Amino acid sequence: MTKIQFVEFNGTVHAVDAANGQSVMQSAIDNGVPGIDADCGGQCSCATCHVIVDDAWMKVVGKPGDREEEMLDLNPERHANSRLSCQIPVRNELDGLIVNLPEFQM
Amino acid sequence: MSEARQPIPRDELLTRSNKAFFEQWAIDVNRDPEAVPLSEIDPGHPDLFEARTELPYFERLRREDPVHFVEKSMFGPYWAVTKYDDIVHVDSHHELFSSDSRLGGINLGGIADPNPDPQFHLPMFIMEDPPKHDDQRKVVAPMFTPRHLQTLEALIRDRAGNILDNLPRNEEFNWVREVSVELTGQMLATLFDIPQEDRGKLIHWSDTTQNIGNPEFFETVEEGFQELWKCWAYFAQVWEERKAQKEPGNDLISMLVHGESTKNMPPNEYLGNILLLIVGGNDTTRNSISGGVLALNQFQDQYDKLRRNPSLVTSMVPEIIRWQSPVAHMARTALADTELGGKQIKQGDRLAMWYISGNRDADAIENADQFIIDRANPRKHVAFGFGIHRCLGNRLGEMQLKIIWEEILKRFDKIEVVGDPVYLRSSFIRGIRELPVRIAG
Repeated sequence: MTKIQFVEFNGTVHAVDAANGQSVMQSAIDNGVPGIDADCGGQCSCATCHVIVDDAWMKVVGKPGDREEEMLDLNPERHANSRLSCQIPVRNELDGLIVNLPEFQM
Repeated sequence: MSEARQPIPRDELLTRSNKAFFEQWAIDVNRDPEAVPLSEIDPGHPDLFEARTELPYFERLRREDPVHFVEKSMFGPYWAVTKYDDIVHVDSHHELFSSDSRLGGINLGGIADPNPDPQFHLPMFIMEDPPKHDDQRKVVAPMFTPRHLQTLEALIRDRAGNILDNLPRNEEFNWVREVSVELTGQMLATLFDIPQEDRGKLIHWSDTTQNIGNPEFFETVEEGFQELWKCWAYFAQVWEERKAQKEPGNDLISMLVHGESTKNMPPNEYLGNILLLIVGGNDTTRNSISGGVLALNQFQDQYDKLRRNPSLVTSMVPEIIRWQSPVAHMARTALADTELGGKQIKQGDRLAMWYISGNRDADAIENADQFIIDRANPRKHVAFGFGIHRCLGNRLGEMQLKIIWEEILKRFDKIEVVGDPVYLRSSFIRGIRELPVRIAG
């Protein structure tokens, strides 16, 4: 199991045990973390699973892919560390990952 | 290329009689959908939508031929994409399935023409591919962020309350006209920052756009275009006013005036984008407001449940949008040969993603043919589309629906549908023109 911390906009922290291979989005949904809609169910097609990756983790998590970048680019409130959490597979190196949730999903 | 695939000359499209054209394609809307040979099925005929007999056709196609080639239709040949997953696939692959109006655009009525006459071709960003789509969409996107919409919430609630408080009691009236059109019309006037008394013009131009080929409205398409250019004349003046302002305004026109990718638009492109914003902000929410009242009357147990627990409005809103599917389809043009649902799609082929059908797909949505206001996963629907063209105003539409229902529940025990609804003769906007209701009290 890989530990991931989701930090809501109001500061509330949700620590979840995520299974490797699933997406960070799915681990949030499975554990009832609020603030992620994931309307398209994980197909990089709605951008409602937007997260902002903690600075220290950005290198490990990596940059968005081309399709993901297209979706993020249309969000007027994207950040430098913005990612769509359905596009981040959970893996050992992410143990301890911290992601922040935006105030709103678009 | 078969005969049916030959492009129709533009002059003929503009000047032919709308009435004669509909007569030429007349169908019996009450046929048994199961008895029609599969090869003859065209689920996109507007008359089916007007008669509200379209759904069994989609049910059959999902079962027997999910990606179905319609060889002959009043819109020319096209692929009917009817399953949820196939729709998401097409919608998400804009590099393969184009929205470009010069290739035919986003509705089945669209005509491919690489060098269109600007008087009858209205470019708008929903009918562009990247990068132009992205650049122009970004200009107006800040209007529709949940952050900005928060600033409009109190205003919308106030207006919704006013509209509801002034409704007649104990007598029949048309809910569409008195409530749905009013609320969305007032909203549009605010987003454009034009006088509220002009909102009727916006509604008129929205209806004109949807009915340009409808013989009840115009004899020819050309006549409809003449009406639309009046919209340009109105907004050309607004443009000059906004341009002259020292401080840029917060309205949609000011955004277009100052946007890098929109400030130098030719007249037809300005008109196109205005109509996009008008139709996008008007027809969709309007028909969802009306559709919700109708659905709750058809599923009385759900209305009872809602009255007992008004907090269910939150999950009911996306369910209303799924159930109504106010945009029945979006069309695309294949940019390359590809496979979809086992069928070979050729470059240049037209496809219609039937959102109304994807939203009734039992393989994706449990009890899809039931209206259930407390679903476990109500946001799972294709009504807003997916990918880069996903509905820009989705949160505004949801907010208006949420507010109107919260205010309705504070005031009325029941809005009772007391007559047959009249539906829009369109397979693009799945609309309700008249909904006779009565409120006791």
